[in-house]
Amino acid sequence: MNAITEYFGNITQSLKTISIGMGVTFKHLFTPAVTIQYPTVKMKLPERSRNRLYVNMDDCIGCDQCSKACPVNCIEIEIIKSTPEDDLGITSSGQKKKLHVPVFNIDIAKCCYCGLCVYPCPTECIYMTNVYEFSEFDRNNLIYNFAKMTPAEIETAQIKVKKMDEETAAKKVAAALVAAQAKAALDATTQTSTPQQPTEPQ
Amino acid sequence: MIDWILTQFPDSILGYIIICAVPLLFILPYALVTIYLEMKMSAHMQDRVAYMRTGWHGTLQPFADILKLLQKEDIIPTAADKFLFILAPYIVFIGTYATFAVLPFTSSYIGSDLDLGLFYLVAVSSLVVVGILMSGWASNNKWSLFGALRSAAQIVSYEIPTALVLLSIVMIAGTMNMQQLSQLQSGGISDWYIFGGPFPIVKKLLLLPLMFILFLVQLTASMAEVNRTPFDIPEAESELVQGYNTEYSGMKFAIFYLAEYANLFAVSAITVVAFFGGWGSPFGSFMSGGVWDLFWFVLKGMFFVSINIWLRWTLPRLRVDQLMYVSWKVLTPFALVCMILIGYILVAF
Amino acid sequence: METITKTSHGRTLRTEEMVINMGPQHPSTHGVLRLELVVDGEIVIDVIPHIGYLHRCFEKHSEQMTNYQQVIPYVDRMDYVASMNSELSFAIAAEKLLKIQIPERVDYIRVIMCELQRIASHLIAIGTYGIDIGAFTPFLFCFRDRERILDLFEMTCGARLLYNYIWIGGLSHDLPQQFIPTLKEFIVDFRKNIKELNDLLSFNHIFIKRTANIGVLPADVAINYGCSGPMLRGSGVKWDLRKDEPYSVYNKFDFEVCVGKGEVGTLGDCWDRYIVRVDEMEQSLRIIEQAIQTLPEGNVQSAVPKRIRPNPGEAYARAESPRGELGFYIMSDGTGTPYRIKARSPAFVNLSIISEISRGCMIADLCAITGSVDIVLGEVDR
Repeated sequence: MNAITEYFGNITQSLKTISIGMGVTFKHLFTPAVTIQYPTVKMKLPERSRNRLYVNMDDCIGCDQCSKACPVNCIEIEIIKSTPEDDLGITSSGQKKKLHVPVFNIDIAKCCYCGLCVYPCPTECIYMTNVYEFSEFDRNNLIYNFAKMTPAEIETAQIKVKKMDEETAAKKVAAALVAAQAKAALDATTQTSTPQQPTEPQ
Repeated sequence: MIDWILTQFPDSILGYIIICAVPLLFILPYALVTIYLEMKMSAHMQDRVAYMRTGWHGTLQPFADILKLLQKEDIIPTAADKFLFILAPYIVFIGTYATFAVLPFTSSYIGSDLDLGLFYLVAVSSLVVVGILMSGWASNNKWSLFGALRSAAQIVSYEIPTALVLLSIVMIAGTMNMQQLSQLQSGGISDWYIFGGPFPIVKKLLLLPLMFILFLVQLTASMAEVNRTPFDIPEAESELVQGYNTEYSGMKFAIFYLAEYANLFAVSAITVVAFFGGWGSPFGSFMSGGVWDLFWFVLKGMFFVSINIWLRWTLPRLRVDQLMYVSWKVLTPFALVCMILIGYILVAF
Repeated sequence: METITKTSHGRTLRTEEMVINMGPQHPSTHGVLRLELVVDGEIVIDVIPHIGYLHRCFEKHSEQMTNYQQVIPYVDRMDYVASMNSELSFAIAAEKLLKIQIPERVDYIRVIMCELQRIASHLIAIGTYGIDIGAFTPFLFCFRDRERILDLFEMTCGARLLYNYIWIGGLSHDLPQQFIPTLKEFIVDFRKNIKELNDLLSFNHIFIKRTANIGVLPADVAINYGCSGPMLRGSGVKWDLRKDEPYSVYNKFDFEVCVGKGEVGTLGDCWDRYIVRVDEMEQSLRIIEQAIQTLPEGNVQSAVPKRIRPNPGEAYARAESPRGELGFYIMSDGTGTPYRIKARSPAFVNLSIISEISRGCMIADLCAITGSVDIVLGEVDR
């Protein structure tokens, strides 16, 4: 008897639940769709949406904080020191720029959109925009170069800084010499007992 | 109509070829419409909109699909049995196409006015299983083989309830001729066998519940015969990837696809002829004859095609043993009991 | 060639066994899991899971980072459908190591986010389970609802999938203005949708027949294998870290631990595991409702340490992720980089049960079992 009730129970249950399910799908046949026609219609992105990175080079001071914060090392920054006579301008927040940034590459193919580079930036010049359509056929096109310096500018900056470095090095040597002499003189005056070797013949 | 074609081409095989090609005129546009219908129905059930870009609301998309399939590379796996691999889709299609020979599209057109129409139908539709087995074996893919074997078991099992249902209909109608079967029900909606057939009221009322059960049996069995959810275990994309047609691509795949949709209409048409008056208008002689017949036949057929689509996108899939359970332990006994009761009613009243 | 012998599975007729490969490219292995099946016709004799296709050296990567903060994007990518919960586990472990107290508002927001994430993750589990069984429509209904949760996340932190939202000691952003009203709207709609989902899938007779009495996992076996989450609760064991070992502020909320009851079949079958997930979504909604009612004010960034440099030592913290007990063990040598990180991932442990419970079932059942375990290969392989 039990088996018979189960048998007919199964059949009625199947018919019942199938019709309930059909009711649900039938209802949905006439509910408006939730999808949108993507390339022609676009969803409004929220303010905080994190998509492609952008660097506002006018504000970049070349501090390398973003590159350090990046967990996938997708930011490549090179810097050249500026000479005191160079005026690199100031950032929008009023900070004086002290470094040339000849290379500021972001490999957006590597980027994991975590946003960790955005927070440490002192001038808020690196941020995530709401651009999300930037597919490319060649992977190399995904390496974005934000630096604005032309090769000529880079060369002059390098020459300048080399010159400056040489000058400072020379100055340093001279200063060191002066200091050494002074020290020797001092030593000679205070500790006459210990014989002193001159560091360098004049 | 057939005589007319034959007289146009006397003593020539050309006439027969043209007769053979007539159902194709129906199947090809029908397949395009059904693909579109299926996509749109499934999408709207799931709160989507399906294709919208090619033409108005994506109406040209089926053409684009066919164009794509035509120019797609035709891949034959190296380890496949080439001969059987190539032959299989055509056998599947032939099995399906052969059923169209006895479908009474209008009161004046039927491919072959066989006296054994229903019997022929049951017989010839099993041919599909040969093609499916062939494709599964020839693909030399274990998953395909599973699909093919499942399909064979399934189609063979579900022939039996179908045959029993059709037998009951034959008992009531006294004919196996599809055209005569439609003719018997042509007196409007109340003459349809689903509502008890053209009989006196007492007999009609007695037959009505039995016919309803038989109709449900036929609907379920027909769904199983076309391998569609909830009976799509030979394809079962989440278990067998794509079943017997996994390895097929390009036009061969398209032929499988076409055969599936053609078969869908064929089984719906059988249901229509057996229970819903074939080409008969629901209003008796009003809106009947000529093109109206075709209109009603296709409309009723498409209605059942839609029900199939509707069920497909609602239900989960059965398991192999449950499928057999449904066939042997539910549908067959019910159909058998109904048949015996119908026999009794026919004799007693 | 057939020999009629009584096999260990109690069947008399035995055919030649076939070895068949399921995955790594297979629709129902949910990613890149490879199952080596030994089948006798449709019957599965043995299942051997092969993993590692998605191994990305999470632990080693973390040890190579320059600071602790950088680990969080990697933690996100472990269980990519429940990133918030992974982040929470890691953050709690790191905070334990640093011994910092976090503001109450942070805890409340974390709970809201994690419960939303739990719903989103369960929606994927339920939807894909529908596909495994052959029903396609519930999947898209689930995704429709999940999309709204992701919209809430995007509104809050800007990302839809990999958030980097829960930081060590705080959160990256406070809740935006329109968050709470949108969330309330969602809760109202989602309650209706759960009912609809139950009508369409959970109590569908075919679905019940496909999942009841399949892949029965007895409670003792589940405990012996170290299963957790819905896997364990589906077997009737009332174990939920949110209740039994409350972390964050879970002890302030009133909710039930859902367990399988064997309503339609045996206790611990696939349907039980499935229905536990459905019920848990309801419980998560309850927690969220309570949390938004009592949300305290505060600054979410006030406790975020400027430099994370814990003293030498070690810490282990575990939390209930949608898949089970997710634990992080961190060892510090006093530098800014973790010396060693070990993740105890629930999906990996739960997956180990698969060959135990699927011997003797059919291929179609194997898909049902794999789906009911709800694995995320990102977390299995790490």
